[in-house]
Amino acid sequence: MTALSTPVTAPPAGGPLQRLSNLLYRKPNLYLAMLLVPPLLWFGVIYFAPLLTFLWQGVYTYDEMAMAATPDLTWANLLALFEPANYDIILRTLGMAIVVSLASAALAFPIAYYMARYTSGKTKAFFYIAVMMPMWASYIVKAYAWTLLLAKGGVVQWFVEQLQLTPVLQFILGIPGVGGSTLSTSQLGRFFVFVYIWLPFMILPIQASLERLPPSLLQASADLGAKPAQTFMQVILPLSVPGIAAGSIFTFSLTLGDFIVPQLVGPPGLFIGNMVYTQQGSIGNMPMAAAFTLVPIVLIAIYLSIVKRLGAFDAL
Amino acid sequence: MHSERASWGLKLAAWGGLVFLHFPILIIFIYAFNTEQSAFSFPPQGFTLHWFSVAFSRVDVLDSIKLSLQIACLATLIAMVLGTLAAAALYRRDFFGKEGVSLMLILPIALPGIVTGLALLTAFKALGIEPGIFTIVIGHATFCVVIVYNNVIARFRRTSHSLIEASMDLGADGWQTFRYIILPNLSSALLAGGMLAFALSFDEIIVTTFTAGHERTLPLWLLNQLSRPRDVPVTNVVAMLVMLVTMLPILGAYYLTKGGESVAGSGGK
Repeated sequence: MTALSTPVTAPPAGGPLQRLSNLLYRKPNLYLAMLLVPPLLWFGVIYFAPLLTFLWQGVYTYDEMAMAATPDLTWANLLALFEPANYDIILRTLGMAIVVSLASAALAFPIAYYMARYTSGKTKAFFYIAVMMPMWASYIVKAYAWTLLLAKGGVVQWFVEQLQLTPVLQFILGIPGVGGSTLSTSQLGRFFVFVYIWLPFMILPIQASLERLPPSLLQASADLGAKPAQTFMQVILPLSVPGIAAGSIFTFSLTLGDFIVPQLVGPPGLFIGNMVYTQQGSIGNMPMAAAFTLVPIVLIAIYLSIVKRLGAFDAL
Repeated sequence: MHSERASWGLKLAAWGGLVFLHFPILIIFIYAFNTEQSAFSFPPQGFTLHWFSVAFSRVDVLDSIKLSLQIACLATLIAMVLGTLAAAALYRRDFFGKEGVSLMLILPIALPGIVTGLALLTAFKALGIEPGIFTIVIGHATFCVVIVYNNVIARFRRTSHSLIEASMDLGADGWQTFRYIILPNLSSALLAGGMLAFALSFDEIIVTTFTAGHERTLPLWLLNQLSRPRDVPVTNVVAMLVMLVTMLPILGAYYLTKGGESVAGSGGK
C-alpha cells in the first residue's frame, strides 16, 4: 500500500495548506496531537481543573464571620453532611432516585419488550420516534406541563372526578410521607414528574438489549419444554438485566442531581441539588456546597460500580 | 418469533406507555390556544390565537428568544468543531489514555448539571470572566461536544478506511482527501449532531443557572414565570414554542442518520 501511494509522477507540492496536510499524513502522531490538543485544552482548562479546584474547597474552612473560605484544611464540612438535617436531605434524594429508577424500569419494560419483539419496519420506526421525541422535548416545558396537570382544578383532577375516583385520590393523598394537601404538593406528584421525565432514558437501553436477544435462545427454551412464562422469567428477563441497569444509570443520576423539579412540584424539603444551589448562591458557603456536590458524585460512582457487575456498560 | 401475537395486556401497556409519554406534551399544545386568563382549569374554555400576538409583542420574550438562538448557534458551532476533532482522533488509533479522553468528553453530561455548572463557575471566577452570553456559550459548548462526537464517530466507524487509502493512491493529497472524501461522508452525521446539540443548548437550564449572570435565556425566562404565575397565557405560548424547537431537530436528525448502526440521539441527554 505504502509503496503504491508514492506514484512515479508525484504532483508538485501545492500551497502551504496542501504541504501541511501531506506532512500530517506522513506523521500520524503529529496529526493525532493536532486533533487532540483543542478538545483537551478546552476540557482541561474550563472543565477539569476547575472541577477539581471546586471539589477541593470541600475541605476548606468557612469563616462565617468573614463570609469567606480560608484554605485551612478541615474535615468539618464532610462531617457536617452526617448531621441529621443534612443527612435527611441526602436520604430523601437517594430514596427518590431509587424509587424512580424502579418505577421507570417497571413502566419501561413492557414498552421496550413490545418494541423489540412485536414490531418491525414502519411500526418500529414509529415507536422509536415516539419515544425519542418526548425524550428530547424541552425539560423545563415538560416540568411545566406537569404543574398544569397536577394543579388544583387541573387535568388530573378533572379525570379523577369524571371517573368518580375522588375518594380514592383523597385516600392516597392522606397517606403520610406520600400524600399532601394536593397532588402538586405531594411526594407522589413529584415522583410522577420524575418518572415521566426520565422514562424514555430507560426504554431505549432495555429495547436495545432485548433487540440483541438471539431468537434461537427462545426457540431452544421452548423446544426444551418451557412454557412462555418460564421462558420469560428464566431467559428473557435475566438477559435484559444489562439493559435495565444501563437505563437506571440515567434515571438514578439524573434524579440525584435535579433541583428544578423538587422546586416546582412536591412538599417543601430540599434535595441535594437545591442544597448545593442555596449554599453556593444566597449563603455563599462554597466549602459546604463543594462537600454537598461530592455526595451525588460518590453515590453515582458507587452505583456505577454496582451496575457494572450487571453488565450495564456493555448495554450502553 | 415475530409470528407470535402479543397479548392484549402487553399491547395495552406498550401503547398506553406511548400515550403517557405524549399526553403532557399535548396538554401544552392545547393550553397555548386556550381563551382563559388563568389556564389551570380543564377542559379548556375556548380557542384563540390572541396570546400569540401578545407574546410576540413582549420585549422580554423576544429578547430571550434572540439570546437563546444566538447561544445555541454559537455553542453548536464550537461543539461541532471540537466534537469532530475528537472523533477523528479517537476512531481508529489506539493510544495511551484513549479511554480517559472519551470519559472526559462524556463527563459534563453524565455528572449532574449542578456539578458541571459549578465547575464552570469556578473557572470563570478564577479567570476573572464576568458571567454573560460568552460564559453561557462556553458552558453549553462543553456538554454539547459529546453529542456531535457520538454522531461523527459512529459515521467514521462505518466509513471504510480503504476509501481514504484509495483517494491517496489515486494521487489526492491530504487536503483533497479531506475535502472530497471525508467531509461529504461525514456531512449528514455532522448535521444531525449539530441539530441535536442545538436542541440541547436551546433547552438547557441547570448549567445555565450558574453561568448566566444577569442574562436571561428562554428556559430561565420560563422558570422565572413559573415561580410568579402572573401571565399564564403568554407562558403557555412560549412553552409551546420551546417544545417545538426542541422536538423538531430530533426528527431531522433521525432521518439524516437512519439506516446506520447507531441512530442519532439514542444516547444520553
